[in-house]
Amino acid sequence: MTLMTYRDAVARGIAQELERDDRVVFLGEDVGAAGGVFKATGGLLERFGPLRVADTPISEQAILGAAMGAAMTGLRPIAEIMFSDFLAVCWDLVANEIAKTRYMTNGQISLPLVIRTGNGGGLRFGAQHSQSLENWAMAVPGLKVVAPSTPEDVVGLLAAAVRDPDPVMFFEHKGLYPTKGEVPDGEIVDTLGTAKVRRRGTDCTILALAAMVPRALKAADALAAAGVNATVVDVRSLVPLDTATILDAVARTGQLFTVEENPRLCGWGAEIVSVVVEEIWDDLDGPPIRITTPHVPLPSSDTLEDATIPSVTRIVDTVRKVME
Amino acid sequence: MPTPTDLGLPETPAFRHEVDAETELELYRSMERLRRFEKRAYDLFLQSLVKGTSHLSLGQEAIAAAFGASMRPDDWTFATYRGHAHTLARGVAMEPIMAELLGRSTGLMAGKGGSMHLTSVEHGVMGSYAIIGAHLTIANGAAWSAKLRGTDQVAVCFFGDGTTNIGAFHEALNLAATWKLPVVFVCENNQWMEYTPIGSVTAVPRPAADRAAAYGLEPVVVDGNDATAMYAAARDALRHARSGHGPVLIEALTYRHGGHSRADPAKYRPAEEVEPWLLRDPLVTYRAHLLRKGVEEGVLKGIDEDVLREVDDATEAARNAPEPDLTLIERDVWADGSSAWRN
Repeated sequence: MTLMTYRDAVARGIAQELERDDRVVFLGEDVGAAGGVFKATGGLLERFGPLRVADTPISEQAILGAAMGAAMTGLRPIAEIMFSDFLAVCWDLVANEIAKTRYMTNGQISLPLVIRTGNGGGLRFGAQHSQSLENWAMAVPGLKVVAPSTPEDVVGLLAAAVRDPDPVMFFEHKGLYPTKGEVPDGEIVDTLGTAKVRRRGTDCTILALAAMVPRALKAADALAAAGVNATVVDVRSLVPLDTATILDAVARTGQLFTVEENPRLCGWGAEIVSVVVEEIWDDLDGPPIRITTPHVPLPSSDTLEDATIPSVTRIVDTVRKVME
Repeated sequence: MPTPTDLGLPETPAFRHEVDAETELELYRSMERLRRFEKRAYDLFLQSLVKGTSHLSLGQEAIAAAFGASMRPDDWTFATYRGHAHTLARGVAMEPIMAELLGRSTGLMAGKGGSMHLTSVEHGVMGSYAIIGAHLTIANGAAWSAKLRGTDQVAVCFFGDGTTNIGAFHEALNLAATWKLPVVFVCENNQWMEYTPIGSVTAVPRPAADRAAAYGLEPVVVDGNDATAMYAAARDALRHARSGHGPVLIEALTYRHGGHSRADPAKYRPAEEVEPWLLRDPLVTYRAHLLRKGVEEGVLKGIDEDVLREVDDATEAARNAPEPDLTLIERDVWADGSSAWRN
C-alpha cells in the first residue's frame, strides 16, 4: 500500500494503462509539458513521449474528434477536457457523435475511449468552472458515467474505463485532488457499474457520489453520536448503475437519502429514487429525501458557495429531522 | 456552353493530368452509378417509400467518383449527411444502401441509421455525419491513428462550403496542420449553404481554399465538375498525405442540381445561375469528352444499361426486404450488444 493523493492517483492510473497497452494514448490541453492544470498528469510526457502524451491546442472539439477517430481505428485514447464546464463547447462530439455511433452504425463501430474531466465546485471558481455535470452525461444513451471518490478508486476505475469497449465519461472531482488515501501496490483494475458500501448502519441509507462521499461519511459519524446509525453507499458509477447494492442497502434500512452536488432538477438522485420507489416500495418507511444544491448556477464567494453545495451540517440536519 | 471562367472555375487546371483510358471509363461508370442511384432514390421518395429526409448530390458526382477511384481500399472516407455518393463510390453495393433508405432489415445499418448515417467499415466508409463540421475533427483522429500505428493510410473527409464557417472546421485544420496528419479535406463547394448563397455569408471568395492558407496549407482549387481533373487532384493529394507531408485541402467547385434536401425545390436560385451549371453537368460533359476521345457510343450505352439494371435490382430487392425486427431497438448501445444501464 502507498499513501497518495487523488491527484497522483490520476497520473498513476494513466501511466499503468499506457505502460500495459501500446494502443493507449493520452491527449488534452496542458497535459504533457505542463503536467496538467491540476498537476494530475505530471511526468507522463517524460515517460511516454509526445506521440503518446499529446499536448493539444485549446480546441475541445478537435480533442474529442481526434479521440473518437483514433478509437474507431484501433487506438484506446484517454482525452482530457480540463474543466467539465468546457464539455459544453464539445457536446456535439460527446452526445451526437461518440455516444451514438455504435447504435447508428448497427454495431459496426466501437469507441473504446475515456473522457476525463475536472468536475465539481468548492474552489470558488464561479459558475463556469465549478459545475457538477455528471447528470448531463447520464441522460445520453451510449455513455458510461463514472465518478470516483478515493485515490484507490481513481486508479482502479480509470483502468476499468480504459479497458472498457465503450465510451466512458470519467468525472474527477477538483476538490478531491489534494485528498489522500491508501492505494494497493501493483496493477489495480476495478469494475465499472459497482457501488461500494463505505459504512454499514441500520437506521437509514445515504447515497453519495465523488466529493459528497467524504461529507456523507463525516455526517454519518456525527449522526451516530446522536443515535442515528447510517449506511453510506458510494455510488461510484451512474451508468451502469449498481441497482442491486443500492436496493439492498435501502431495503435493509428502510429510509433513503441522496446527497448530490448538482442542481436539483433532473439530478441523478431523482433517477435512483424513482428506481427505489418502483422496485422496493414496500420496504420503505418513508419518502426518500434528496439533498442537493438549489436550482442555481454556483456562486463564487466562500459564504455563498459553501451554503449552496450540500455540507456535512446540512446532511446531518436533514437526516436528523427526518429520522426523529 | 459556358466556359470555366464564366462559372468562376480555375482557368487552367490545377493539375496537369494524364489519366489512362481505363480509368476514364471507370470514372464514367462510377458517376453513372451515383447519378442513377440518387435519381431512383428521389423517385422512391416521391412514392413515399424513402422516408424522412435525404440530401442528394446530383451534379456533384465527379468528386466522389474521383476519390473512389484513387483511394486505397484501406483508406478511410468520412462523409456528410449528403453521403450516398461517397459511400457508393467506395464500392458499397447499391442494395444495402437502398434498403437503408427504405428502412429495411437488409439495410446497411438494418434501418438504424438512415440516409444521413451510411457506414460500411469493411469498405473504409467510416460514417456519414449529420452535424456540420464534427467529422473533420474525427477524420483527424483516424489520421492520427494511422500515423501512430505507422501505417500509411489516409483519411479523406468530404464537407460542404457551409462547413467552412463553423468552429470545428478551424479547430480541425489547425490540429491537422500542426500534427502533420495524413488527412485530405475536400470541400465540395456547391455554391449554396443550405438555402443561402455561400458568398453572402462568407468573408472570403473561396470559403475553404482561402482559409487553408491561414493554416499553412497550399490552397488547391479544382473544377469539381471535371472528373479527370478531380481524379488527378485526388491522386496528388493522397500521395502528398500518404508520404508524410501532412494534410491537404481541396476546394472543388461544383453545383448541386437540386435543393438542399428532398423537401426543397430550390426555387430561390436564379435561372441565369442554374442554367450554365446544368450545361456543365459532369456526366454530360464527360460523356462528350469520352466520345471525342474515340470511345464508342456502344461502350457507354453498355455501361448505362448495366447501371440501370443494377439500380432496378437493388430497388426490387430493397422493396421486397422485410422490415427490421423490433428487438433491434434495444440492441447495440453497448459493445456487449445490449442497452442495459443498470443491473
